[in-house]
Amino acid sequence: MGLCERCKKAKATFHLTNIERSGARAERHLCDKCAAEEGLLQTAKATVDLNELLESFVASSKAGGADLTGLVCDQCGISYVEFRNQGLLGCANDYEAFKEQIARLLERTHDGATHHTGKTPRSLGTANKPQHDIRRLKRQLDEAVAAEDYERAADLRDRIRALEGA
Amino acid sequence: MNSTLDEVVRRPSEWLRGVGPMHDVVISTRIRLARNLRGYRFLPRASNETREEISELVLAAVRRSAVLKDLIHIDVDRLDELDRMLLVERHLISRQHADGTGARGVVFQPNEAASIMINEEDHLRIQVMRSGLQVEAAWEEIDAIDDSLEQQVDFEFHPQYGYLTACPTNVGTGIRVSVMLHLPALRLTNELEKVGHAARDLKLAVRGVHGEGTEALGDFFQISNQITLGRSEAEIVDDFARVVIPKIVDYEYAAREALLKNRLAAVDDKVWRAVGVLKNARLISSSEAMQYLSHVRMGLHTRRLTGIDLQTLNELFLQVQPAHLQKLHGQRLSGEQRSIERAAFIRARLSTN
Repeated sequence: MGLCERCKKAKATFHLTNIERSGARAERHLCDKCAAEEGLLQTAKATVDLNELLESFVASSKAGGADLTGLVCDQCGISYVEFRNQGLLGCANDYEAFKEQIARLLERTHDGATHHTGKTPRSLGTANKPQHDIRRLKRQLDEAVAAEDYERAADLRDRIRALEGA
Repeated sequence: MNSTLDEVVRRPSEWLRGVGPMHDVVISTRIRLARNLRGYRFLPRASNETREEISELVLAAVRRSAVLKDLIHIDVDRLDELDRMLLVERHLISRQHADGTGARGVVFQPNEAASIMINEEDHLRIQVMRSGLQVEAAWEEIDAIDDSLEQQVDFEFHPQYGYLTACPTNVGTGIRVSVMLHLPALRLTNELEKVGHAARDLKLAVRGVHGEGTEALGDFFQISNQITLGRSEAEIVDDFARVVIPKIVDYEYAAREALLKNRLAAVDDKVWRAVGVLKNARLISSSEAMQYLSHVRMGLHTRRLTGIDLQTLNELFLQVQPAHLQKLHGQRLSGEQRSIERAAFIRARLSTN
């Protein structure tokens, strides 16, 4: 990792490649401080990253009065704050321990999705299968209606009814 | 240095063969599945004893798998830096896995088409790689591998969220499809933003060759999905196989056609300058070599150039990388020595065919 090209002291942690309309490319490698001083951090913020998303959840939760500092998973011992800082969970139970926060995070990072609709382990049999199929078909129905493909929409509606009736 | 890897370095990866649908634009298709063993902590909270236990369980499972055969196992924790880099260059492990700590490894088939990283960010990262655009075939293969492992171990699965992963951005299917594209004409015609638009419409990311945070080297780009929850594997696969990639490939074909029609001399100049440099340079960096190899590849696929074997060229893309070069040379080299050795190696490879 190289040094900041501006102050030549701190480690360059900020990398920006600007591609002009002409195709000309200009690269910048700066430390956080110099990037901030040049007003470039705003540009970088335009790209969504997990930590930033997490920060904003914490901020919005705090605004709502909830204090998340005491939120800890009793199985692996990770706190919500630690998760926020490193971006990685400590165990499967964290999805329950931080249920509300995770739910909001997932909606943001997965384009509004709230439920898995894909593969199910064979060991679980087909218990979840029809529910998954119905969710998937309903989304496809919305897409078909939006695309004004009514023939496909009617077909999807029939399939959903059949599954719901089953 | 690891002796198994001394053999690995001498053969080309199966996925670099330059065959398969749309292979003149699509280098490779890769699918990765993130899985975690039920009842074990995720790795950020796992002790090294737990990591070792996970590693043993996964190895036992892959050895009993009815689908995976003749696997090579490499203990990544015991490799020196050069061998770890070699595996990164071959896309067998991620940079994160190379730079990680504690018990971790990788198993792969001798042809490198299927592999499993053990104890990377998740307990398992199963990977299938194929030459050209073969998303559906790659999905069928990795689905079968996943099924075969599920007969041996239980994975964490949540009724609402699906397969659970250490990072919530991978939860659900745990799938990451990545297609590597060679887009020299779109770069020359300054139309790369079309690729960005096509990808963004379906919420896909465009990156350099080695994934997150890497620059596009030699006109190679990687397109991968970001969303893993709320869409099924089949739908995600379909986005790539039928929607985005064919569209981008068509853009590249159109750009190549336009270049040949309107700027033939400029194309020929790029191609033949590249041949000139590669056959004559005495010092060359890997990024410079990649750029010129890219132009030669474009020359071969637009038939403006003959007499260079495509297989040799594909192998060179791998062999000019720093770790490959040093392994093939049999010793560590400084930056300048590498540039000298790389130039000599390319000259020798191109003069014999």
